[in-house]
Amino acid sequence: MTDAYIYDAVRTPRGKGRKDGSLHEVTPTRLAVTALQAIRDRSNLDTALVDDVVLGCVMPIGEQGANIARTAAVMAGYSETVAGVQVNRFCASGLEATNMAAAQVMSGQSQAVIGGGVESMSRVPMGSDGGSWPVDPAVAIPMYFVPQGISADLVATKYGFSRDDVDAYAIESQKRAKNAWDKGYFKKSVVAVKDQNGVEILNHDEHMRPQTTMQSLASLEPSFKMHGEVMPGFDAVALQRYPEVEKINHVHHAGNSSGIVDGASAILLGNREFGEKAGLKPRARIRAFASIGSEPTIMLTGPAPASEKALKRAGMSVNDIDLYELNEAFAAVVLRYMQKLGIPHDKMNVNGGAIAMGHPLGATGAMILGTLLDEMERRGLGTGLATLCIGAGMGTATIIERV
Amino acid sequence: MINYNVDSDGIATITWDMPDRSMNVLNEASMTAFAEAMQKAIKDAAVKGVILASGKADFIAGADLDMLLNVDTSDATALMEQFSQLQRLFRAIETGGKPWVAAINGTALGGGLEICLACHYRIAADNPKAKIGQPEVKIGLLPGGGGTQRIPRLIGVMNAAPILLEGKELKVQEAKGLGLIHEVVPPGELLARAKAWLVAPGTEKVAPTWTKGVQLDARAVQPWDRPGFKVPGFPGGQVWSPVGVQTFIGGNAMIAGKTWGVYPAPKAIMSCVYEGLNVPFDTGLKIETRYFVSLLRDPVAKSMIRTLFFGLQEANKLARRPQGVPKQEYRKIGVLGAGLMGAGIANVSARAGLEVVLLDRDQASADKGKAHCQADVEKDAGRGRLTKEQAAEIVARIKPTADYGDLKGCQLVIEAVFENRDVKAEATKKAEAVLGSDAIFASNTSTLPITGLAEASVRPANFIGLHFFSPVEKMPLVEIIVGAKTSQETLARSLDYVQKIRKTPIVVNDSRGFFTSRVCGAYISEGHRMLKEGIPAAMIENCARMAGMPVGPLALNDEVAIDLSYKIMDQTRRDAEAAGQKFEGSGTEDVLELMVKKLERFGRKNGKGFYEYPSDGKKRLWPGLKEHFRERADLAHGEGPEKREVADEIEKRLLYVQAVDTARCLEANVLTDPRDGDIGSIMGLGFAPQTGGAISLIDQVGVSKFVTECDALAQKYGQQFAVPQMLRNMADKGESFYGQASKAKAA
Repeated sequence: MTDAYIYDAVRTPRGKGRKDGSLHEVTPTRLAVTALQAIRDRSNLDTALVDDVVLGCVMPIGEQGANIARTAAVMAGYSETVAGVQVNRFCASGLEATNMAAAQVMSGQSQAVIGGGVESMSRVPMGSDGGSWPVDPAVAIPMYFVPQGISADLVATKYGFSRDDVDAYAIESQKRAKNAWDKGYFKKSVVAVKDQNGVEILNHDEHMRPQTTMQSLASLEPSFKMHGEVMPGFDAVALQRYPEVEKINHVHHAGNSSGIVDGASAILLGNREFGEKAGLKPRARIRAFASIGSEPTIMLTGPAPASEKALKRAGMSVNDIDLYELNEAFAAVVLRYMQKLGIPHDKMNVNGGAIAMGHPLGATGAMILGTLLDEMERRGLGTGLATLCIGAGMGTATIIERV
Repeated sequence: MINYNVDSDGIATITWDMPDRSMNVLNEASMTAFAEAMQKAIKDAAVKGVILASGKADFIAGADLDMLLNVDTSDATALMEQFSQLQRLFRAIETGGKPWVAAINGTALGGGLEICLACHYRIAADNPKAKIGQPEVKIGLLPGGGGTQRIPRLIGVMNAAPILLEGKELKVQEAKGLGLIHEVVPPGELLARAKAWLVAPGTEKVAPTWTKGVQLDARAVQPWDRPGFKVPGFPGGQVWSPVGVQTFIGGNAMIAGKTWGVYPAPKAIMSCVYEGLNVPFDTGLKIETRYFVSLLRDPVAKSMIRTLFFGLQEANKLARRPQGVPKQEYRKIGVLGAGLMGAGIANVSARAGLEVVLLDRDQASADKGKAHCQADVEKDAGRGRLTKEQAAEIVARIKPTADYGDLKGCQLVIEAVFENRDVKAEATKKAEAVLGSDAIFASNTSTLPITGLAEASVRPANFIGLHFFSPVEKMPLVEIIVGAKTSQETLARSLDYVQKIRKTPIVVNDSRGFFTSRVCGAYISEGHRMLKEGIPAAMIENCARMAGMPVGPLALNDEVAIDLSYKIMDQTRRDAEAAGQKFEGSGTEDVLELMVKKLERFGRKNGKGFYEYPSDGKKRLWPGLKEHFRERADLAHGEGPEKREVADEIEKRLLYVQAVDTARCLEANVLTDPRDGDIGSIMGLGFAPQTGGAISLIDQVGVSKFVTECDALAQKYGQQFAVPQMLRNMADKGESFYGQASKAKAA
């Protein structure tokens, strides 16, 4: 099998996903174009060498619809021979896009492919695409559908994480993100979003709240208590799938869950031949990747089995991985992953995560893979694993090693 | 049956008036006759408009459930065709090109309402007794005559939800408020007003979907057949609008949560609404018929119809009453013991118009019992359910006293004193001393055998058990226990009393725990056994709800009191020892001993049971349970799908342990009719209604399969699942309870 190498990775900064967020004025196509142009220009890449652009996007409707990957490739000025495809693996879309890009290379069917993703959550809000899973009674009821926040609270309840535990984790995420920004650890990969005149619109992650304390978090009401316990009463649905739980402890709120933000990412992958042709040095090799399905109601426990599957394929064990990145969708997701696999906190999300910096759904997977690679290089470490929990009960994981 | 009449103004009146029935119902004969009349009205060029009316006090009560119970469900295609006919018939009303008015003089339920909804205009008489609604969901069905399609299109999904999903019945004014009915008029003006609407000149013309552009009098066109129709309540009429999506997401969760996933009908109704509103009206009707057929083929509907409709009706008509005994009219009764049970019995009796002597050992205790009744009656008066005068009359009928002499003239005395033989014997003797020779003396004991208690009586033929359930005001069942010497006349007259106070009776023969207490005990014991096995308490309780029980066995034990369970167990053990017999316990006596003797956790009554009862919030499982009953790690912390199998088995055990014990009651002649087992289990114990009752469950599973499964459970968990020989014989012969019962009925 051909090896797939990562040649470069970029991301935009993450703007607050609200009407007053800095990137709200920027169309999602423009966000994706920013990432695609940056990865081309940094490497002086002849885009005619690229076979395909695979972009994750979770709300592929409205201005993110009609295959935004192809639109963005054309608008970025890529050679018209470069194809484009948009994929949706919910929260892991960006990583899945990268894995699919790698798979094209590894199968020998493509020599170079760009993976990545885009999401303007301020312009195309979550839930815009509907879907039968929550809405169609013939699907929602037998699947015991509950919103992710209820699932996250169920994870916390079932695996014993208190409000203090999840809040403390959130504060650490904020601290680590602040430290990483202050020391310039993200500089290598973050490309500012600019307007048509070249004027900078945003050059940093604007969702961060480094001043957060246990006291300030304590004042926040749990976000899903009302929906869970009163209207419409999702807790009763979850308990039917988890009857051993008496009552769900609602611990998650805006301060210990991922932020809603806008952003885009891109990763350039190719075989060794491509690197030689393009005059590029590979930064890492894709060692293994995997996606799995897990129980859909608790929904967010997929990263552990996905990681185990990828590790097995790579012939590795948990301890063979030097650094981990797990998307901080909710604090309890990360706490459970560390508990389940026995991973120390100092190997996990060492530069913070989505609780501090935000989770632009379709883009995040490729963002955290890039973050992981940067930090492996900075620390001189060999192996890393990036993974995400996924709606409807899935997990995707990717293992990379430096070359 | 269906009268057809056309007046000089060209207004046809089709009047439903089925012979030999007090109510009009939809069945094959009436539908055929109606179809003929309808065709006539549509074809006759002289007919300008049609009034649909009733010749009875009520409009149409719904479909003939006998027909639904006996319909052959083996061929889905044939059922689809059969019930599509109904849809086509109703659809023909609204697409016939002539305006139809439903003149709703009284109750219109189920198909009776659906036929009105197919009319273009609905006028109701201002009849306070009239009930408007779709009760199908309560018997496991859905409105299969277009109700799930027309109602949401008429009044929006949110407004339709309680009508379709809960079977909520409306008064005519409420129905008008929602837009289900257009006008409410004085009863005497109903037909005149209907005619006036029809003969008034039409002012508007529209081209309905079904005329391909030809314009018609708008009054003859339903809203959903007009161009540009939008479902009310959703922006743009779209399911896939933010409001529409949220409505269904929330509605799905509410159905799943409230029903614990037990009932198929609400899910099917929700699907009819969701899927139907995404497609044209006629396609929606087809979808509705598909779901209707699926419910009809599900054993749940037939079980529910058989028990909750026919079984209940028979019980309330005193099907088990011995013949040849003149009906007893009650005027005055006595209640001994003014505690919660005694006061409750006094309350329901006084509400039924009886004079009640409420006696306790001292006046203050008796007064306290009356105060309970007064508070309850006044609560109803405050809610407008009783007038002030009615409330005052009820309260005035109750005479609290400590003097046995006041019992003079009572036709029936019910004792609800302390559950102790000596105390009861003394009460019996004192009462009988002043009672007339034909008075009945009844004991409200929940467990002590009646034959033994009757030994204290000078006329044991007049001694009977009347077992009420707590709270008496709410619980619909009375379990009548016939002792060895109880006369058939006493039984008949006791049934008359139960009917008088509007409760549902079942009749059982004497035995320890009779039927309900015994089966209730089996349920609770199985919960205790599961705790001992390491099943997390929450899982036991939640699985009980998922099996269809109203409360889990541990919560139920807290309510009936754990120390009471202990005392009953202890008494049984002593009685066995005294009789020189071996005590056959449940094997969970140690749980009761631990809770009562060691931990002094008596249940809700002392705020400490399997649950704890914080003053500032909801009850919750007592965390200390985990110390005494170590939870299985795979269940408490595991995440794999194998947990689902454990949950399924827990559900099965909790129902089967009651069903097999009910079968034993039949074998031992404690129960003499399977219907008493079904009615008694549902009305007395809240046994999973979707099964149709503890005996129907066995039929639903299949006797042979039930025996096999119980044998496996007995091997794994103990003799509480031991199958009575009668069931094995039935399995061998391929018999079923209701196969036999209906055969017997036919013969």
